[in-house]
Amino acid sequence: MSDTTHTIQLTLKPGQHDGDGQRVAEAAARHLGLATGRVRSAALYTVRYPLSETQLSDFASRCLADPVLHDVRLNELTAADGFATYILVARRPGVTDDEGTSAQNALADLLNEPLDTHTQHIFSKRLYLLENDLPADDLRRIAEELLGNKLINWLEVGRVAEGIRDYTPRPGGGAEAITEIVTLTGRSDAELVQLSKENIYALNLEEMRAVRDYFAAPETQAERQAAGLPADPTDCELEIIAQTWSEHCKHKEFSALINYKDLETGEKKQVDSLFKTYIKDATSEVDRQLRANGNDWLVKVFSDNAGAVRINADSLFVWKVETHNSPSAIDPYGGAITGILGNNRDPLATGIGGAQLLFNTNVLCFGNPQYDGPLLTGQLHPRRILEGVRKGIEDGGNKSGVPTVNGAIVFDDRYAGKPLVYCGTGAVMPMQFAGKDSWEKIIDSGDRIIMAGGRVGKDGIHGATFSSIELDETAPATAVQIGSPITQKLAMDFLMLASRRGLLKCSTDNGAGGLSSSVGELAGISGGAVVELERVPLKYPGLRPWEIFVSESQERFTLVVEPGKMTELLALGQEMEVELTDIGHFTADGFLDVRFDGEPVARLNMEFLHEGVPRKVLEAEWTKPAAAEPEIPATTDYTATLGQLLGSLNICSRESIIRQYDHEVKGRTIVKPLMGATGQAPQDAAVVRFNFESWEGVAVSNGILPRYGDLDAYHMSAGAFDEAVRQIIAVGGKLPNLTPGDGIFWSVNDNFCVPDSVYDPVSNPDGKQKLAKLVRMCEALRDATAAYCIPLTSGKDSMKNDFKADGVKISVPPTVLYSMTAKMEDVRRAVTSDFKQADDVVYLLGETHDELGGSEFYALHGQLGANVPKVDFEKAKALYTLVGQANDQHLIQSCHDLSDGGLAVALAECTFGYNCGASIALPESGLPLPVQLFSESHSRFLATVAPEDVVAFEQLLGSRATRLGIVTKEARLVVRHGSREVISADSDVLRSIWTNGPVNQLLGVSNMANTSNSTSL
Amino acid sequence: MAQDSFPPAQKPFEMVQDATRVAHKVQIEAQGGEPKRVGAVQALILTGFGINCEEEFAAAYRMAGAEPTIVHLNQVLHGQVSIHDFDTLNFPGGFSFGDDLGSGVVLANKLRYRQTGANGRTLLDDIKQFIAAGKFVLGICNGFQVLVKLGLLPNLGGEVTPEVTLTHNASGRYEDRWVTLRVNPKSNTPFLKGIDTLEVPVRHGEGRLVIPDAAIQQRIEAAGLNCLSYLDANGDGTGVYPFNPNGAALNCAGLTDPTGQVFGLMPHPEAFLSAYNHPDWARRRRQNPGATEEGEGLQIFKNIVEHIAHTRTTAAPAAEFATRN
Repeated sequence: MSDTTHTIQLTLKPGQHDGDGQRVAEAAARHLGLATGRVRSAALYTVRYPLSETQLSDFASRCLADPVLHDVRLNELTAADGFATYILVARRPGVTDDEGTSAQNALADLLNEPLDTHTQHIFSKRLYLLENDLPADDLRRIAEELLGNKLINWLEVGRVAEGIRDYTPRPGGGAEAITEIVTLTGRSDAELVQLSKENIYALNLEEMRAVRDYFAAPETQAERQAAGLPADPTDCELEIIAQTWSEHCKHKEFSALINYKDLETGEKKQVDSLFKTYIKDATSEVDRQLRANGNDWLVKVFSDNAGAVRINADSLFVWKVETHNSPSAIDPYGGAITGILGNNRDPLATGIGGAQLLFNTNVLCFGNPQYDGPLLTGQLHPRRILEGVRKGIEDGGNKSGVPTVNGAIVFDDRYAGKPLVYCGTGAVMPMQFAGKDSWEKIIDSGDRIIMAGGRVGKDGIHGATFSSIELDETAPATAVQIGSPITQKLAMDFLMLASRRGLLKCSTDNGAGGLSSSVGELAGISGGAVVELERVPLKYPGLRPWEIFVSESQERFTLVVEPGKMTELLALGQEMEVELTDIGHFTADGFLDVRFDGEPVARLNMEFLHEGVPRKVLEAEWTKPAAAEPEIPATTDYTATLGQLLGSLNICSRESIIRQYDHEVKGRTIVKPLMGATGQAPQDAAVVRFNFESWEGVAVSNGILPRYGDLDAYHMSAGAFDEAVRQIIAVGGKLPNLTPGDGIFWSVNDNFCVPDSVYDPVSNPDGKQKLAKLVRMCEALRDATAAYCIPLTSGKDSMKNDFKADGVKISVPPTVLYSMTAKMEDVRRAVTSDFKQADDVVYLLGETHDELGGSEFYALHGQLGANVPKVDFEKAKALYTLVGQANDQHLIQSCHDLSDGGLAVALAECTFGYNCGASIALPESGLPLPVQLFSESHSRFLATVAPEDVVAFEQLLGSRATRLGIVTKEARLVVRHGSREVISADSDVLRSIWTNGPVNQLLGVSNMANTSNSTSL
Repeated sequence: MAQDSFPPAQKPFEMVQDATRVAHKVQIEAQGGEPKRVGAVQALILTGFGINCEEEFAAAYRMAGAEPTIVHLNQVLHGQVSIHDFDTLNFPGGFSFGDDLGSGVVLANKLRYRQTGANGRTLLDDIKQFIAAGKFVLGICNGFQVLVKLGLLPNLGGEVTPEVTLTHNASGRYEDRWVTLRVNPKSNTPFLKGIDTLEVPVRHGEGRLVIPDAAIQQRIEAAGLNCLSYLDANGDGTGVYPFNPNGAALNCAGLTDPTGQVFGLMPHPEAFLSAYNHPDWARRRRQNPGATEEGEGLQIFKNIVEHIAHTRTTAAPAAEFATRN
């Protein structure tokens, strides 16, 4: 056996359906206009391991091939007759190859040999054979736009007749474990800036000067000399500082001093940190009010990976929402899956660690997937981003066994450069692990530092700094990572058991910044750490020490373990096949001390590292956007308008996406995204019970309204907050703190995603206006938390959501997402949105105003308008309190919040649950008809009440409820205004239009289940 | 870590130490040291390596009156737990080993080839012995895929070699949706006794049953091993998407072996333990407020627990008592 490399090819037996091949042919025709002819797919495995011929053949036929489906070819890379061209999709060196790892597992079982699965011996690939003789350029387009991403895949294309070229990665370039010195002394300002740019430090001049001054200081010099370090910083030290000081990790703009000017009123003020002023202080005030009223459920906010609130005497609810925008822009699948898995690690590694994940949510903002214009260099098509992100969420959630219980998708052309990918995860943690408070992070000098989970490669280097700068066409390939949900699942199972056995002192995840960030932050608790980098297990050789320290290779946790518990912990890791490595220990000497083979690599003063970043001073100027109400021609029949709205991109059904997420694994989901007999009635918020022993649960909602920000950022933010609150009220939740000691927790995460808001006369001339919008968004947030007494528990800000290429900049609109969770005392009392029974009485709760500004109705006419919906917090709170009381008395049969498309769209959606209709008469309120039908005024619901409860309901709600009509057996929605019928349509036709809207059409599920396929009104 | 520090909350509430009351209780440890409940039906539920439906599986057995034990696969492979101490062996859903080589393939491979002792014995040898002793094996979703890839289902020839397969849905996509199933009246398995139709969610990407030839199909049908089929809105068997969500041969959602002791299905009865799991629960409860709060999926677990308990009391209570001590 001179050659230890073998190739195994699996092809489908004749007659077996080749779904993969067929999809490629269809997608090439549909999206690229290329005729491929028949496409046949094959799986390839390259085995770099000594095997006898018999072993190879046994492995291929018994382990890899399905005897019913596959034919096997060994060591020959040929095509069947009738195929002219090929595309081979392999992975670049070091890219996660779960399929190869699984094959190694199978090989080890077959041979009954221990085979180190952490070293890659088997490489999986896909081979596509195409009937038509397409030119190489066309093959490359199919390869790059449909089959792979050239940042992570190696793609070979060509003619079969010329031989199929194979590719197997040979990782490791042979670089040595060397540490370089970077000279700072004597560098001019321009040179400092240049150095920062070249190395993707993402530090500005002032920050670079602070770094230079730290190293030049006599006390630093003396310390370094004593410790055997050079006078100038090492590459590792600068990387650590850059990562720790990155916008991503340090939130420099949310902590900045802001000079705010309102150009309209002339008012000037100084904001001393957005975070402190509007988020932290606001939550402190809410907490004070809660505690004064005997509601002491707020346990941990802002100071850990996720926020924690108390469910009951036994357990905590842990909640975290994050964004993963930049990686999703350049590799949508990898960006989204690492987003989900990374966000999962936050609740998993809160406090001691080992929480049990309960659910995921996700909110996505994309460009128009139907866009058919030219793309900028490096820009991916919005459809491709949508499909990749969707697949990443599918694999990240489904393969981890965490249900994706709700979400939202917002389309706007301004997300075509950078999409927004928000990932949320809720978890449950016992109050105590082995007698210790679970939410505490305690570390003492001498505790060991353990790296758990995946190995380290070059993937993800510079993720933290990269996400802190605007994206352009030169985005580094190493910033991309592929997640391995299975590796993380093993680590997760391990953490849950280790924490319950009392083996962990605490833990944190390795996300942005890798070990540098996780160890650096934990070392802040004990006062220092020593890390021995040569112990860190690598995926392949050739990494430099600094790369090992800042690599963001996924699925890793950093554990803090008392020396006496090491033996038991290591044994458990071995049993559960989770790699654990002791990489150092915590100290209390005030230094982060990093070594390689005993040689110093970095030694940084902890105080300088965490507190030394210069504070930014930023300028903000508010000018009210010029806006006017448009003239929309009046009509007497709004049936067609309703149809257009139901089929519009931002309102239509997302069923084809929702159904590819497992929303009920664990068996605890009570209100799912789509409900009713049809399974097609959209719901406002998810409801999940905590366990099988009690009926306690949690309601989950999302508020996001970027369109309104074009009119007024304050009202956009206030409206988004209200939207999330009212969604929870709609499903039967209750506001907090209404009664002393009621224990109804609310836990909210704020996630700001804004364009670069730092003024620069050349590169960002409207930066002051953008920053003013952010200030106003934060003001609304403070006002909303105070009004509802709802606390923020964690959050994130993403400050550079711009994409620049070919001299064009695409910036996202300032966007904020409020992700809310609230305790449901009894999930059986949840209320769903769909109409339940004929003759139930339909009510509009709350008040409609002339607020069509930013509405979907105006968007339909290409208009923005001026009258942005405004929240009246006091009136909203009073209504939500009444709705809660009505639910206490079981008076409400269905409840749907009014949002995009207003009353008309809500009415239609409420008929989607089963074959019913509604007969509605609009009141003579004096408001124009389109306003009554389509205004998106906040704090409103559409509710139904059983005939026998009408008196009690009207007595309770009083003037806040307007009787509109009844639910009818006849499946027809009829809306009258005075004597005129203004909407009249079959419910199933409305549902069909909604269901067959652009999202479901685009993702290829035509003819979704429906009683009617007619989409004409 | 997130934004900034915040004064830690006070802890004025009472700590409860009683483990049985801990709501989030996670049973992923073999309860090796604890005495088993005398007389209770013992269910062994495997987990680890990407299996993820073990908790609801255990809840189902608990609600059905049995005593479930969740065990990491390695504890069985390494001989710390013996399957022979249990009455039922259960393979839950999930993505074992990521399903990267095809659903259930790597796990099946491990059971067939990984030697658990010096004498070359494999876990599959133990499972064969377990079935020969009259005990029961249940696989759901990924667990069903494992049983099929192993050849334990349908096992027409009795040789435990793969005879059929489960592969990618005809739609080419993973889907979560609710379906209606009918029990084949010819089926002899105690798991399905007394059940006519059943609503359950499917949550899979590789659930399309492929039967390689007509002879095998004919034998499956003749013996009634295709125990569950997908129904359309009119209650007829159907190959039409989405009622048949994956395009399975014979509209088949589940299989048994000829003895009826080994049963596997793609849909998830363990995800319908409560009436409130159903997508239309709110309207149904409005119409029928007095209806049971149990989900339809629970009946399968009640059936097998009752069958085992009944067999014990009628067959050899004395012998059973002896082996328990």
